[in-house]
Amino acid sequence: MRDRIIEIIGTHGKNQGALIPVLKAVQRMNPRQYIPQEASQLVARIMGLRESEVYEVVSFYGEFSETPRAEHVIKICDSTVCRVNHHRELVDILEHTLGIRVGEASRDGKFFLEYSPCFGACDVAPALRIDDKVYGNLDRDKLEAILEAYRR
Amino acid sequence: MKKNVALITENFHHYIPPDLAGYKHFGGFTALKKALALSEEDLIERIEDSGLRGRGGAAYPTGKKMRQSKAYQDDIKYLICNADEGEPGTFKDRDLLEQDPFGVLEGMVITAYAVGATHGILYLREEYAHLLELLQGAMAAMRREGLLGQGILGTALDFDMTIFSGAGAYICGEGTSLIESMEGRPGRPRNKPPYTKAQGLYLKPTLVSNVETFSAITAIVKHPQGVFTGYGTQKSPGTKLISLCGNVNNPGTYEVPFGLTLEEIITELGHGVAGDKGIKFVQVGGISGPLLPRACLKMPLTYEDFDAEGLSIGSGAVLVVDEDTDILDFLDAVAAFFKHESCGKCTPCREGNRQLMNILKRMREGTALPSDPENIQRIAHTMKYASFCGLGKTAPTALLSAIKYCPEEIFMRRGQ
Repeated sequence: MRDRIIEIIGTHGKNQGALIPVLKAVQRMNPRQYIPQEASQLVARIMGLRESEVYEVVSFYGEFSETPRAEHVIKICDSTVCRVNHHRELVDILEHTLGIRVGEASRDGKFFLEYSPCFGACDVAPALRIDDKVYGNLDRDKLEAILEAYRR
Repeated sequence: MKKNVALITENFHHYIPPDLAGYKHFGGFTALKKALALSEEDLIERIEDSGLRGRGGAAYPTGKKMRQSKAYQDDIKYLICNADEGEPGTFKDRDLLEQDPFGVLEGMVITAYAVGATHGILYLREEYAHLLELLQGAMAAMRREGLLGQGILGTALDFDMTIFSGAGAYICGEGTSLIESMEGRPGRPRNKPPYTKAQGLYLKPTLVSNVETFSAITAIVKHPQGVFTGYGTQKSPGTKLISLCGNVNNPGTYEVPFGLTLEEIITELGHGVAGDKGIKFVQVGGISGPLLPRACLKMPLTYEDFDAEGLSIGSGAVLVVDEDTDILDFLDAVAAFFKHESCGKCTPCREGNRQLMNILKRMREGTALPSDPENIQRIAHTMKYASFCGLGKTAPTALLSAIKYCPEEIFMRRGQ
């Protein structure tokens, strides 16, 4: 992990302004899409920042997770527009199909389910994101087909 | 009045981004050429004359902002395109970046020339990471054609830009929070003054404007004088992008001239409410905006009409909510959002949102206290006037408007 982090910081630089891009890359290199405490400590040491300065950024922003997630993170929009477009049904289908609740990872380590604030896909609500990709106008059939494609 | 117009959006679907030749074919970068032929002073005057106001939500006059920015001379001046479109219900900037990125970037180069900016940054919200590659491609194409970099189009203008990808925080739509996050800190707003125009990113003069504002600048300069102001009303010239969503048949981004009523937008552009249901309310301007009952839908969408009602057009989101939705459930979603997104810096916002959520919970459960209506007013008042930034100031807007316009829905719940 140390070598990878040194490499990432080598690419982005040691200025504090590089902290968010560095943390994004650190999280991405982790197969479970999170930033372990040791990683934050290493980033702080190598960039010459205080541990608290790194930790408060990790804990402040929605994209960063301090706890292990999974290979793919499913983010269900929980904002007003998706709610009035019956996003509850999506949650039910996902929880049922994956056999987990929101905030949990599937047993095969493939999916992690979490709520997300609006990500600007209100024209195709109800919507969700799997990692960076947005899926909208979802119903049961579409959702199951999408999950199947990720399982393969 | 024509309902759906194409001025800022005139290039939508005409070329496939990032195809620069395609953009040029439809008049792309003629605005930049025209701008570079003008003096900076004349260019700013042109924007002032257009009456353009910032399209991110604050509606500050753009020409005035440019003039103020120009006055701050330094070796480095930053120009930031605020693409942290975090206002729930709003997605028009996403459409602009996706369908016509060059229109946005051209507006940035024009602005850089007018105010003397040396470095451009497009602050892209984390949630729009899927647009990153497209935008990088668009910038690279411009660099190859001499539209970015040293001596743009053979003039003395040196200006280049990069993309900063955010990390997911609604508060970063606020200019100083956005800058804090670029400097590697939590996105908590800074004290003003100094304004970012004087001391922004790394304490250098910094001009921050919304995506749509830059697209509008391109359209204004590209077309003969009077084209932009030919739309809209005298006090609200031009067009506005509307993000129409919720329980409508045809959700999407629409460019409308100012002066259209909300009803026209919903019935004629949105083709009415899905399932032919009645409208319970419409939330305008995003989650920080008011809930307007049916009776308000005849109101024209202009700065002056909204101002007169003490309302704001905000980002231009129009969220239609049908009669099946429970207004308290909706308000709970609003409150949960603000509680989650409050940065925690100031007490009125941090604690106010928490308390409003507690009261809403009691109201939904039918255990509201007799003093709760008064509690809401007291807490909301404190938030509105004592919060550090716009987030806390506008967080109680939806709840207060619901109480004002539909008190029976709020206070006459079963068991109360």
